Amino acid sequence: MTGIATHWRLIPQRYNLVGTRCSNCGNKFFPPRDICPDCRRAGNIEEFRFSGDGRVYSYTVIHTPPEGFEFQKPYVLGIIELAEGPRLLSQIVDCKPGDVEIGSRVEKVFRKVIADGREGIIRYGYKFKLKDH
Amino acid sequence: MTSRVAVIGAGITEFGELWDESFRSLITEAGTEAINDSGIEGEKIDALYVGSMSPGLFSGQEHVSSLVADHSGLKCIPATRVEAACSSGALALREAYLSIKSGEMDYVVVGGVEKMTDIASNSAAVTLMGAGDQEWEAFKGATFPGLYALMARRHMYEYGTTLEQISQVSVKNHDNAVLNPKAQFRFRVTLEDVMNSTPVADPLRLLHCSPITDGAAAVVLASGEKARKVCDNPVWINASSCSTDTIALHDRECVSRTDAATRAAREAYRRAGIKPQDVDFAEVHDCFAIAEIMAIESLGFCQLGEGGRFTEKDETSINGSIPVNTSGGLKGKGHPVGATGIAQVVEAVTQLRGEAGKRQVENAKIGLTHNVGGSGGTCVVHILSNE
Ligand SMILES: [Zn+2]
Repeated sequence: MTGIATHWRLIPQRYNLVGTRCSNCGNKFFPPRDICPDCRRAGNIEEFRFSGDGRVYSYTVIHTPPEGFEFQKPYVLGIIELAEGPRLLSQIVDCKPGDVEIGSRVEKVFRKVIADGREGIIRYGYKFKLKDH
Repeated sequence: MTSRVAVIGAGITEFGELWDESFRSLITEAGTEAINDSGIEGEKIDALYVGSMSPGLFSGQEHVSSLVADHSGLKCIPATRVEAACSSGALALREAYLSIKSGEMDYVVVGGVEKMTDIASNSAAVTLMGAGDQEWEAFKGATFPGLYALMARRHMYEYGTTLEQISQVSVKNHDNAVLNPKAQFRFRVTLEDVMNSTPVADPLRLLHCSPITDGAAAVVLASGEKARKVCDNPVWINASSCSTDTIALHDRECVSRTDAATRAAREAYRRAGIKPQDVDFAEVHDCFAIAEIMAIESLGFCQLGEGGRFTEKDETSINGSIPVNTSGGLKGKGHPVGATGIAQVVEAVTQLRGEAGKRQVENAKIGLTHNVGGSGGTCVVHILSNE
């Protein structure tokens, strides 16, 4: 989940929303896929950087967080539908839980996601904030 | 190819926080009870399957196929562990069913087991999150209640489902659990209790969530020819089906529906040659109260979006038009994840033999079980009958 090697491999995606697209059918993928589920081996996957604009498709407020997220509670977790189509899961920050609604416009921000205690490694990545706020 | 497959024996441990019981003592107890119940000798058993989600993280123990064969005294038989998160049990049953269907096996024992309380509950929650997408869900601070809350919110938004309707699932399943001597929570809760319980992931609260549980269940399967010879009350598996979906919730076409369940159910009904209205009762995967509402929609017991209102009208209670989770479900009976899929089948067998006591569904002839892995990445459906 939060392993250092995993995070290092995923830095382009987690920092800059670099996903993929299939140049055969035009489908865009975030989180990225190496195989287009519609075209499979006939597909041709290339990198695609998403704008970071989107809307809230669904959301919840986490009151009972997993290990490593205790100090952020309560936090809003939402499914964001990106302007380019795909959906992803992200925290929605810089607002009160009551401010978020299905359909709210959001944009990507760059934040600390999780840290391993006092001396541990900090992992950064995208979160989203309300655009009309 | 064998024509039919029957359940000829069933066993289940008590479910709960069982400090005196270990992984091996639980599965051994359930397996022994199932084989005793079948009346056959252990030497006749050709193979063993066991469903378990995460013994490695819960107990540090992998290679449980060998361990279970060894400690159940079924020396040297081929043994296979099957893992598909919370649907490990039903998927193990399906593999056992197929092994008999293939004609290679006559008698197969299938178990499901999870020993979850040897680690702290926050560590158990992290282990359970292994059923989701580690890189794109867990990394963002997602929990399983959180994922189901995202489904609940969307269901409420699209269909006007209310929190009262969702809470009614917990009330009903606790009512049923009172009638099940093996259940973890043999007490009632009121709608107010559920609605006012500790917030976990809005809109879901503690009493919308199934608990962390120790437990095991097992069944003995036989080919039709053998079953007719050795058993006077066989329960037939008329269909076994499975469908998968994306591992991550956000990748689904729609999160207010469980499409893997819809596909698995359609395939099961086709194979069994029945329609949803022919089913007399169902055990469904209510890991969270909203999951039961989406399950009864996918299984065709009510229209899409009507699950909340259908539940509110008591259609799914023991005396309703389609009793759901007479055992107490995952909420009331408990949810030892790998055991759940087999425990559902044990309840179906108990009902179809007419041995369910105060929770017996009258004239039960066809039962359905619905077991889900993760947020819906796997769904396994079985249809069982006593005719
Ligand atoms: Zn394509």
